[in-house]
Amino acid sequence: MRFSLSQVVWQGLKGNVGWRPQWPAAEPKRAYEVVIVGAGGHGLATAYYLAKEHGITDVAVVERGWLGGGNTGRNTTIIRSNYLYDESARLYDHAVKLWEGLSQELNYNVMFSQRGVMMLAHNVHDTQSFQRHIYANKLNGVDNVWLTPEEAKDYCPPLNIDPSARYPVLGAALQRRGGTARHDAVAWGYARGAAQRGVDIIQNCPVISIARGADGRIKGVETGRGFIGAKKVAVVVAGATTTVMETAGVTLPLQSHPLQALVSEPVKPVFPCVVMSNAVHAYISQSDKGELVIGSGTDQYVSYVSRGGLHIIEHTIAAINELFPIFSRMRMLRSWGGTVDVTPDRSPIIGLTPVPGLYVNCGWGTGGFKATPGSGHVFAHTIARGEPHDINAPYTIDRFKAGRLIDEAAAAAVAH
Amino acid sequence: MKYRVANKGRLGAEVGFSFDGRSLTGRRGDTLASALLANGVHLVGRSFKYHRPRGILSAGSEEPNALVSIKRPGGRSDPNTRATVQELFEGLVADSQHRWPSLAVDLNALTSIASPFVAAGFYYKTFMWPRSFWTRFYEPVIRAAAGLGEAPTDPDPDTYAHLYEHCDVLVIGGGIAGIAAAMSAGASGAKTILVDEQAEIGGTLLSDPSVEIDGASCWQWLEKAHDELGEMDNVLVLSRTTAIGYYHQNMVVMAQRLTDHRDGPPPKALPRERLWHVRAKQVVLAQGAIERPLVFSGNDRPGVMLADASRTYLNRYGVLVGARPLVVTNNDTAWNAAFDLAEAGADIAAIVDERFEVHPDLKGRARTLNINVLTGHHVAKTEGRLRIVAAIVHSDQGAAKQRIVCDAVLMSGGWTPSVHLFSHTRGSLNWNPDEQSFLPGDTIERCRPVGAGNGTTTFQGAATEGATAGAAAAEDAGFKSTERAIKVRSTSELDQPLTVLAHSAVPEGAKAFIDFQNDVTTRDIKQAVREGFTSIEHVKRYTTTGMATDQGKTSNINGLKVAAASIGKPAPDIGLTTFRPPYTPTTFGALAGHHKGATFDIERRTPIDAWAEAEGAVYEPVGQWRRARYFPQGQEDMHQAVARECMAVRNSLGMFDASTLGKIEIVGPDAAEFMNRMYTNPWTKLTPGRCRYGLMLSEDGFIYDDGVIGRLGPDRFHVTTTTGGAPRVLNMMEDYLQTEWSDLSVWLTSVTEQWAVIALAGPRSRDLIKPMIDDVDLSDEAFPHMSIATGHILSIPMRLFRVSFSGERGYEINVPARYGLGLWKHLFAEGQRYDITPYGTETMHVLRAEKGFIIVGQDTDGTVTPDDAGLNWAIGKKKPDFVGKRSLTRPDMSKPDRKHLVGLLTTDSNEVLPEGAQIVADPDQQIPMDMIGHVTSSYWSAPSGRSIAMALVAGGRNRFGETVYIPLEGKTVPATVTATTFFDPDNKRINA
Amino acid sequence: MLLIRCPYCNDELPELEYSYAGEAHVDRPPDPASLDDEAWRDFLFVRRNPRGLHLERWRHAFGCGRFFNAVRDTATDEVIHTYHAGEPRPDLEKFDRGAS
Repeated sequence: MRFSLSQVVWQGLKGNVGWRPQWPAAEPKRAYEVVIVGAGGHGLATAYYLAKEHGITDVAVVERGWLGGGNTGRNTTIIRSNYLYDESARLYDHAVKLWEGLSQELNYNVMFSQRGVMMLAHNVHDTQSFQRHIYANKLNGVDNVWLTPEEAKDYCPPLNIDPSARYPVLGAALQRRGGTARHDAVAWGYARGAAQRGVDIIQNCPVISIARGADGRIKGVETGRGFIGAKKVAVVVAGATTTVMETAGVTLPLQSHPLQALVSEPVKPVFPCVVMSNAVHAYISQSDKGELVIGSGTDQYVSYVSRGGLHIIEHTIAAINELFPIFSRMRMLRSWGGTVDVTPDRSPIIGLTPVPGLYVNCGWGTGGFKATPGSGHVFAHTIARGEPHDINAPYTIDRFKAGRLIDEAAAAAVAH
Repeated sequence: MKYRVANKGRLGAEVGFSFDGRSLTGRRGDTLASALLANGVHLVGRSFKYHRPRGILSAGSEEPNALVSIKRPGGRSDPNTRATVQELFEGLVADSQHRWPSLAVDLNALTSIASPFVAAGFYYKTFMWPRSFWTRFYEPVIRAAAGLGEAPTDPDPDTYAHLYEHCDVLVIGGGIAGIAAAMSAGASGAKTILVDEQAEIGGTLLSDPSVEIDGASCWQWLEKAHDELGEMDNVLVLSRTTAIGYYHQNMVVMAQRLTDHRDGPPPKALPRERLWHVRAKQVVLAQGAIERPLVFSGNDRPGVMLADASRTYLNRYGVLVGARPLVVTNNDTAWNAAFDLAEAGADIAAIVDERFEVHPDLKGRARTLNINVLTGHHVAKTEGRLRIVAAIVHSDQGAAKQRIVCDAVLMSGGWTPSVHLFSHTRGSLNWNPDEQSFLPGDTIERCRPVGAGNGTTTFQGAATEGATAGAAAAEDAGFKSTERAIKVRSTSELDQPLTVLAHSAVPEGAKAFIDFQNDVTTRDIKQAVREGFTSIEHVKRYTTTGMATDQGKTSNINGLKVAAASIGKPAPDIGLTTFRPPYTPTTFGALAGHHKGATFDIERRTPIDAWAEAEGAVYEPVGQWRRARYFPQGQEDMHQAVARECMAVRNSLGMFDASTLGKIEIVGPDAAEFMNRMYTNPWTKLTPGRCRYGLMLSEDGFIYDDGVIGRLGPDRFHVTTTTGGAPRVLNMMEDYLQTEWSDLSVWLTSVTEQWAVIALAGPRSRDLIKPMIDDVDLSDEAFPHMSIATGHILSIPMRLFRVSFSGERGYEINVPARYGLGLWKHLFAEGQRYDITPYGTETMHVLRAEKGFIIVGQDTDGTVTPDDAGLNWAIGKKKPDFVGKRSLTRPDMSKPDRKHLVGLLTTDSNEVLPEGAQIVADPDQQIPMDMIGHVTSSYWSAPSGRSIAMALVAGGRNRFGETVYIPLEGKTVPATVTATTFFDPDNKRINA
Repeated sequence: MLLIRCPYCNDELPELEYSYAGEAHVDRPPDPASLDDEAWRDFLFVRRNPRGLHLERWRHAFGCGRFFNAVRDTATDEVIHTYHAGEPRPDLEKFDRGAS
């Protein structure tokens, strides 16, 4: 069923009883060419591009809970590509370009809103670092411009640019093509698109272990609903990568940490863009519903509980109040946590593993949502061809051995 | 106040307030909601999506409909305040929100006409073409339609506090169960805290004065209980305090509201709210239960209200919510509302009970009160626009239907135990099919759920359970327990099991609301299920049910049941959405607490800072410090000031406050060995009295920190670090010392704040201090460059470094911090004969760049090795190991195309490159360009009379003499790659 | 906010006083030069990251300043046991409660 205004009107006239499942509830077959473990945005996007770009439709996406229920459904939906290094800029800008046509491509409105992402500079070091980004982005064809404090306030009127503030705003780097998207819709849109092309989406099907044959090759996955054979298995399970991959005997340089976010009560439009401040650890935008959506930091320790300490949120809110003093009387409506897998250089691992037929896409840390379409696109290429796409070729496991890190944070003290 | 009932309620004197500009009166003790109802005002708000007229559903914090803006002068306005919890005060000004032009005539309600086309998830299926219209047109329209109230427009003038408290027993909820628990725990001597979100403790008892406890009316008993608890020194009772979240290891966070109920502006000394962080040994959860709406078409009209809320309005606030209310229920509790309202003079239109069997006592009482009873009936729909006027009631047997005229509908769909905080602990929940609700199961935290929140619905049961739990909690906290026996006699008990709702009675297309605020109907939920959203989390996210500001307190169970029925599975099989903190919305101000303005993040200042401020220094933040960046004179801009300061140093004498430098004293027999392992350089042969530049790597081989290190004795080093790096350097040193090399006999002490450091730089520096120092021979022979000595300056003890970060003769005088300012002033006064010039960090940066000295964090960035930075000379080649050494031999660390730190001289010597600019070898290539590096430092060098820059360039040291290009806005600047030393390459000035 | 017992101060104190310092019992090789790149990578970067009982290091940064070790369940965040740095790895079976 194609979605459109006329469809909505037509179904509405019929009392909205004619809608059909956006993805059918699939029962696992005995075997597939590819089994993707994890029905988050990245996994579903991978399935979609496998089917669409590579004609591989004998694919199952298996999910322990409900699709889009992990970090896809818990993040603050910031999308940008103004990264410093060529490797990062290529990966994330590939994603932004796909975002720009995604609603139309999927026939599902993912509400990609290019309202601009503004990163605040609070000291000379920030300024130098952002300038370095801006120059690098420009030569990489990625938009990113410098704003004076006054221009920053024009772009985001609630911003406090009082020079006597503890963390004064000395300027900002603005990527106008950056913005937000409706996170759930991304998962649903890809799920629907993949299902329409023949992919089985199997929810409530936890993977217990990854099965390998005597030759070491992948045989399939053992799940809560029985064994599912597969020629290739692709693991995309942020927050559970270590536990899933160790069943295949693969150790990865990952640490799992709680990451929290929160929303305020909804108010009328007051905040027109996305603002990030790495110096004070605050990320904020306003959703279409009117809630202020605020990203917090990670807790310091390893944990799988998907809940963090309130002191992390208190620090974030204090920072928000400093940057936007009019928000002090707003109220936090809901806070939640997720689990993020962090690599030593905070860049992802996308590609082959030492096990033939086993692929992994992990380690996105706190910034994976923005990459969803690009990640799925290059990962599908990697699975289909058995070798990485140019764009994800640098994101190997081996880089940690060689010391060839892609460390955006070290380079710029910029969180993702 | 024509709906006020005489001799009812817990009210005081009359107060005036206004709603939407209309002046009204209420009474002390009222909430805004009860005062509005007393004035016959039911229409209070508009719903989120369809802008349907909405009234007051509840009498508590679960309210989804009655949200208003409270307007106070002086930046104290608040949107989205629930009228049911806002206590009335003299002069309160409230406005309805989310309507245009007025509450009664809201043109936005036209969306209701289009409701078939704006059902669940419609926006995912439309607004996709043309592509550019989403951001430019559709989304702005949707955003303007969304939101509720207006965000405040002024900074918040109020203050907020954070409190940290420990106790033995924390009791959450001040109903009968909580009071019983607190009494029992308190009697044992345990430090006990009892909190309740309302203005006074009592819970349901406040709504039901007919209950007798220990032989007295429960209101009298409450007074006694309050006094009794107040007399116990070990018991603290906090009202207006909401437990918002239950965190790790029995930490409960509670928001206490101190001023929002007071007349006029709050007293200055009082914070608006306090956020309590209570670490309790034991917790008793006595949060009670929340009544559920019934689901029928038009269950959202103003005048439709929860039955028990109407009873609260009558008994606690003395308000009759209608002259002719219709009571609709599926359980016993609503009958009590009918009886109470009838006795207060209301003409009960009927009691409609979905059950066929009802206890004969209830029926008997209804007969006595002359109330028409319809069992086995349900409401099919309602009529009325801004207020309900009638309900259509159907029989569940046969097709009989009747229209019942009424001005209120009091409904009860059963009770939902408040398991929110229990759920925060990640405790398990068990489905109770009899009462159609989830009850607490197991948790790892030390807590005991009691009372209605635990499914115990009788007053006696709750009292006994609370007393037992309070005593047991005290015992587990180490006290001898004494359970408080409480005897309750009540005519109105919630002891009948509830029947299951009959959702099949809800016709398709009807406006039967599940989530009132977000306008989610049964139809939306059924549609979501039809579209394949079969997990309750999917249903929630697709329809937005349970995601409004009430967080689903009245809607979660109804939504779950409708979804379960549609899917055809039992409710527990499709799960319950996770409860998230906070229990009720909590102000950002309370969460931030004291961390505001100057106390947001305390700024560190040096002992000399006040002098710099008086001299008009321009500051920059560096790490946690503020540092003087330059000292403008007259109308100078930064570049003019810096040029002047630089020339002053090169020509005569400058002074610089270097107190922020991190300082660590390393002492012990193994100090040199420890230094050998921590730093790349060799230390064994450094003789006492000498200094050396120290380079520190992280274990992955990249430059981590640097600084000049002086050896004071065989067993003593004075280490300096970068300003921002001091804490992490000390932490890293401690880590290795304590956990890897605990055999080394070494002590580390941070002395950053013990020493004020005044750097003197310039050819006249020695001339200035020589007369002030008697016990150190300052001759170049006795005290050459890179020396350290202890001695006295003007009789002040000092550590004197002969070091230079400028290339000029330089001294760094370390004196105890308390002498810093005095010495600085003296040196400044005495230095006038040499035209002494104070300079800031910017000049310091220029001077060091002229000499090619790096700044870690500017010329390096966490990806730079010693070789990259040209610092191989600082590596002790004979040392078997130091932190980071092994990483330097990894394949990528010695690749020829690594970026090297080099100098850049622009062809046009007046062109000062921007820092951060990228460098290319071929300026004519297409974008994306192949970038070979970037400019790390760039300045106008007044002494050189030209611009200078440092850059990290791929293979840079093999490019000396080559021309590279720096593409800038509108031009491309050519520059020559050089060594990094731009000034005095032979270091002649060091002894000048 | 976790509650952690410092085994040196012998006092149970809130997490704010401590800083986390990663997995415990990862000893720095006595002779790093003898390690190949893979073994060195493992020392630098590869950690167990288990779901369940985790041996980890904390520093009582705003207290006594000492590093110590803890047993914590990463599936519940419960800090089960703390012990001095340098003490042997505790027997985890003692703490395992089965389900985690």
